[in-house]
Amino acid sequence: MTDLAARSTKTQRSLKDLDLRAVAPFVALLLLLILGTFANPNFLGVDNLLNVLTRSAFIAIIAIGATFVISAGGLDLSVGSMVAFVASLMIMFMNSGAIADPALMLVTAMVLAIVIGAACGWANGIITTVFQIEPFIATLGTMGIFRGLTTWLSQGGAITLRSPDLQNLYRPAYFGQVLGVPVPIIIIVATAAIGAFVLYRTRYGRHVIAVGSNEDVARYSGISVNRVRTVTYIIQGLCVAVAVLLYVPRLGSTSATTGTLWELQAITAVVVGGTALRGGVGRIWGSICGAFILEIVGNIMLLSNFISEYLIGAIQGAIIIIAMLVQRSLMRRN
Amino acid sequence: MADAAATRDMPVMQVEGLSKSFGPVEVLRDIGLSFHAGKVHAIIGENGAGKSTLMKILAGHLEPTNGTIRIDGEPVTFTGPVEAEARGIVLVHQEILLAPDLTVAQNLFLGRELSNGLMVDDRVMNERAAKAVRDLGVKIDPRVVVGRLSIAQRQLVQIARALLVPHRVAIFDEPTASLTPVETEALLKVIDDIRNSGIAVLYISHRLPEVKTIADTVSVLRDGNLVATHPAADLQPVDMARLMVGRDVSKLYPDRHAAATRRPALEIEDFSVPGYASHASFTLGKGEILGFAGLVGAGRTELLEGVVGLRTAHGAVKLAGKPVHFANVHDSMRAGIVYLSEDRKGKGLLLQQDLRVNLTLASLGRFMRGLVIDRRKERAALDRAIGEFDIRGGRKEMLAGQLSGGNQQKLLLAKMMMLEPEIVVIDEPTRGIDIGTKEQIYKFIARLAEGGKSVIVISSEMPELIGICDRIVVMRAGRIVGEVTGEHMTENEIVVLATGATAEEAALVAE
Repeated sequence: MTDLAARSTKTQRSLKDLDLRAVAPFVALLLLLILGTFANPNFLGVDNLLNVLTRSAFIAIIAIGATFVISAGGLDLSVGSMVAFVASLMIMFMNSGAIADPALMLVTAMVLAIVIGAACGWANGIITTVFQIEPFIATLGTMGIFRGLTTWLSQGGAITLRSPDLQNLYRPAYFGQVLGVPVPIIIIVATAAIGAFVLYRTRYGRHVIAVGSNEDVARYSGISVNRVRTVTYIIQGLCVAVAVLLYVPRLGSTSATTGTLWELQAITAVVVGGTALRGGVGRIWGSICGAFILEIVGNIMLLSNFISEYLIGAIQGAIIIIAMLVQRSLMRRN
Repeated sequence: MADAAATRDMPVMQVEGLSKSFGPVEVLRDIGLSFHAGKVHAIIGENGAGKSTLMKILAGHLEPTNGTIRIDGEPVTFTGPVEAEARGIVLVHQEILLAPDLTVAQNLFLGRELSNGLMVDDRVMNERAAKAVRDLGVKIDPRVVVGRLSIAQRQLVQIARALLVPHRVAIFDEPTASLTPVETEALLKVIDDIRNSGIAVLYISHRLPEVKTIADTVSVLRDGNLVATHPAADLQPVDMARLMVGRDVSKLYPDRHAAATRRPALEIEDFSVPGYASHASFTLGKGEILGFAGLVGAGRTELLEGVVGLRTAHGAVKLAGKPVHFANVHDSMRAGIVYLSEDRKGKGLLLQQDLRVNLTLASLGRFMRGLVIDRRKERAALDRAIGEFDIRGGRKEMLAGQLSGGNQQKLLLAKMMMLEPEIVVIDEPTRGIDIGTKEQIYKFIARLAEGGKSVIVISSEMPELIGICDRIVVMRAGRIVGEVTGEHMTENEIVVLATGATAEEAALVAE
């Protein structure tokens, strides 16, 4: 009896506290799935859906890092170029033949990619915090630098993984499956789980939200604002590196246009997922959901005959604006 | 011509049976008031008593749930502040709502720029702005950018902006909240002039002596009810306080017996914060409450922020006799010093986060279970803090920004006390806080000192410093200019030191 009473008040409270903004992206995803089924019966097939989710992996993983950066009040426009830069260096290292054993070579190359990704992120962090340059400008600058370096490294052409041994060894990292689930989907979930743990459960995560909510309050509370911000950019760099680890086995090649406009897609995924662009709110699973939404919209457009698939960019642009309007109207109601 | 006499006595503005509810919560109940031309009518009450809501209704920002507003006896309804302004009712907001990058004149005419054809007419606007500011009896160049003015000057610009509209009723919402005594004095003179020009003035303030000085009539709100309206001449500040709180508050400050000698807890020597304070030396004893008095801008806040490592500074700091150096505020917190900012909303609390997150933010290290934050422990700490500090809100899940000013201050105190400090620096502990909460905070500070902790209180309210401190250090223009203790702790002596004025001038201000 008492137990029941206690339970019922508890449900009431959780219903009242249900944040519509946190739920909205998942509702949108559900509506899209229904819409997709109407558009094309093949849409809801397991194969198609797994395929779509797999293709969203790059943006989804980058968006996890972007969630950290944005919820701490920053912004990183350089991620798309960073993918191209890190991937190019990774392939060039594998082409160098510095290590004879393919397995050892592959592992070393992966570690190298992760170190380079972290270093690129660290550079962004230092420029924005120590040199006090607006994140928008700072990462606009590094965006140009990473892109330019990639173009220079590839001499305007492509950088391709030459060794067939390495290619065959590395292929399953993108095309493989574990218990019927494509590896990229497992990586998305694993990365998001780690991200969510760090953001929601650890002291560092709490500090990220505090810095994004109000930098001064964080500082007056004894939090090192610069360190917290710099680390968000390093996390972003690490996420970019993880995306690269999936990207290289997929195509085995990079060019000066690799990852073009990925920064916008990642930011769109984060915002659609309910993270506040002004900082102070971070939703890891929302960002994953946002990345899925972007990919599914594209997929529906391909499968249906209503709209030309050449309009995908325009539709994605419209989505970010609509998402902001929905978020704001939900905030007012609260 | 009996009509003329009747008109003269007829109130400019009247409210009858005014009520306002937000959802199920009734914040104003059956309010009836009359405001007369050429009179200052003060409305006082604790935070949350309904003062601001009443003002917002009168100025057209909110619509009443029930009741009538009359102007010249004729019932009116306002759909917005623009309509109220058209009827001659202007509101001077408590917060400074000016664009800091625009000039005084541009701010005065913001949204109602004068133009000659296609272009804005800066010459005429500057002239009219100069006159508007001059009418208030101050000298401010209308071409100066507002960001370069002092808070008091901005307040005056804001008043000038409101009064630019033809008006009959002027509402002032706590205009002196962030002003020094000297600036307050000047502002009260401005309000006196406005009254004498035949305007009905509504004056909201927490500062009761000031209300006593300026008001003709005083109305008291408590919990949404109008509990009394009296001529100001019939009420002393202590009567007003009693009416506001509904009980006797003559003992606002706790009894304390100062110990004779104290071991030094904190010694500061030749300490400078570039641009704000230079060559400051002082000692804080264990179990002592040390006050810092001075005008706004004297460098008190900056000096103490420098001491705790929030600003670049140089000089010697000794903690319990040992030399220490704080590179940042994290270091000083670990050493047992906490600083509570005067800017609660901007630097103290995360308004968009809930109470639990705010409470544990500075002391998260104590709530870790391995890598993970122990939320159950956090919630238990919140329950304890709510009890111990009497934090009144509604739900524990509410956001810090939804708490009233007094409860925010209690939450900030609770947050910093989680660090179990030995030395507590509190900057403007009761700014914008109602009298009931003030009393609680004074008691808390006294308890801290009795428990052997040392407290520094920075305050612009001299009665508060005199009421709770053992000793008061006075600063002027970045330097420590003196120290008063015992029977020398009087407003007169402090003002002499703080302003560098002569004793006679100071006596005038302290009055």
